[in-house]
Amino acid sequence: MPDDRRVAVLGAGMHPWGKWGRNFVEYGLAAAGDALSDAGLPWTDVQYVSGADTIRNGYPGFIAGATFAQALGWTGARVSSSYAACASGAQAVSNARAQILAGLCDVALVVGADTTPKGFFAPVGGDRKDDPDWLRFHLLGATNPTYFALYARRRMELFGATEADFAAVKVKNARHGLENPNARYRKEVTADEVLASPMVADPLRLLEICATSDGGAALVLTSLEFARRHAGSNPVVTIDAVSTVTPRYPQTVIEMPNFSTDSAATVSTPGPTFKQSVALAAYEEAGIGPEDIDLAEVYDLSSALELDWYEDIGLCKEGEAERLLRDGDTTIGGRVPVNPSGGLSCFGEAIPAQAIAQVCELVWQLRGQAAGRQVDGARVGITANQGLFGHGSSIIVAS
Amino acid sequence: MPSPKTRVPAVDGWFTLDDTAPALLGSKCTSCGTFAFPKETFFCRNPECQSTEFAETELSRTGTIWSYTDACYQPPPPYVAADPYLPFSIAAVELAAEQMVVMGQVVAGVTVDDLAVGTEVEMVLDTLYEDDENEYLVWKWRPTTATGSEEVSHA
Repeated sequence: MPDDRRVAVLGAGMHPWGKWGRNFVEYGLAAAGDALSDAGLPWTDVQYVSGADTIRNGYPGFIAGATFAQALGWTGARVSSSYAACASGAQAVSNARAQILAGLCDVALVVGADTTPKGFFAPVGGDRKDDPDWLRFHLLGATNPTYFALYARRRMELFGATEADFAAVKVKNARHGLENPNARYRKEVTADEVLASPMVADPLRLLEICATSDGGAALVLTSLEFARRHAGSNPVVTIDAVSTVTPRYPQTVIEMPNFSTDSAATVSTPGPTFKQSVALAAYEEAGIGPEDIDLAEVYDLSSALELDWYEDIGLCKEGEAERLLRDGDTTIGGRVPVNPSGGLSCFGEAIPAQAIAQVCELVWQLRGQAAGRQVDGARVGITANQGLFGHGSSIIVAS
Repeated sequence: MPSPKTRVPAVDGWFTLDDTAPALLGSKCTSCGTFAFPKETFFCRNPECQSTEFAETELSRTGTIWSYTDACYQPPPPYVAADPYLPFSIAAVELAAEQMVVMGQVVAGVTVDDLAVGTEVEMVLDTLYEDDENEYLVWKWRPTTATGSEEVSHA
């Protein structure tokens, strides 16, 4: 692809995921500091700050870009704050990239961080009878795992997936994340332990459902020209595509936090599903295809959902994900490792930081810096992520 | 002796209160004919349609299960849980005429073991929660070959 459509990732940084219970700004600052130091740049060189918002930490979370900019010390840098549910981090990347590609700045800092409550994500407080997210809890008792479980059961019915397959995803990811210093859960689990953990939303068990975590992630994005002057000994890693497409009508797969799908009674359904279209748009933008991918970081909100992603990002045909998993293709050392970081399975979800963290992992993998989980010879990676209210993202990173 | 509680919908205008054959209330675009649930009131969701006019329409009372699960742990507020908490099943149900999938709780007493993709279900009214004066009603799905408790399913 032409260089004028690429931006460089000069620095990546994360604050370890966990349940630390401190202010989210602290995690964001730690991640930003690491990313800047990785890039070899002082904060005062940053011309644009792109924050990914958190909605459970009051006003500072709604204007995260400014919150981080003020905490680092006002410099007059331009700023934006993005909210797109679980895809917030990708939109923050997208905004920073657009500024650079438009020639409006050379150096942008992308930051997302969150402090999360324990247990199920609940809607924002108050009596809000016109908010579908509030209503689905009130009228249905439908939590996020409810939706994950509907997809998992559908997989079992359509493709013959088994509970053992779902457990095998968890076992794989737990092993991948063992040596990852930023992962929250770094413990091997056996399939028996997964299958003995309590059922949360049939057929999904406690160890197969993503936890809610604290954490922070940051990237220093620059123009290619700037990166070539400042990259030092690191190979220049580039972002070749950022897809943040919306669904197409009618969206016929039930999605959080909705009560129903769109109706396909009068308009025929578009070819690809929403999740497929998210990755397709990224491939199209980068001018490559699934056959070019060396590794992937996908949004395993549940163990079963990781299998859906294999198909949605084109690693295999529909119904073949279980075979890919069983053959070891998606394990480190296999044909196309998926979630070498350990994925959400080892991290839990720190919403605005998560899509940024996926890119951090790809950057470290492509530089050969992913100690203990390195995918040999990785050159091109893809992320996939999905959030409620019709958000999704896919980012292609290459070296 | 306590006076009987008033039966009120837990949400206004989403379903009829018909004792024998209740139905979900959706909308049908007067221009392109597309359906929506809950009712669309502002602008048609079909991107090719500019309509702002919708007719209220009763949705199909029966459908087939697209997928299903259960809630083994008590959902957080604003769900109002029984004390002690009673797990329940949830189904996403395909309506043939509307070509859409609508979620709903499944009536008490029906577990995931009683359900399968393709199981035929019908819509019934049932208690979602109660307070001192009122019994709040919501729509639920019940297999047409019900194994659930008859009393609770017809509230």
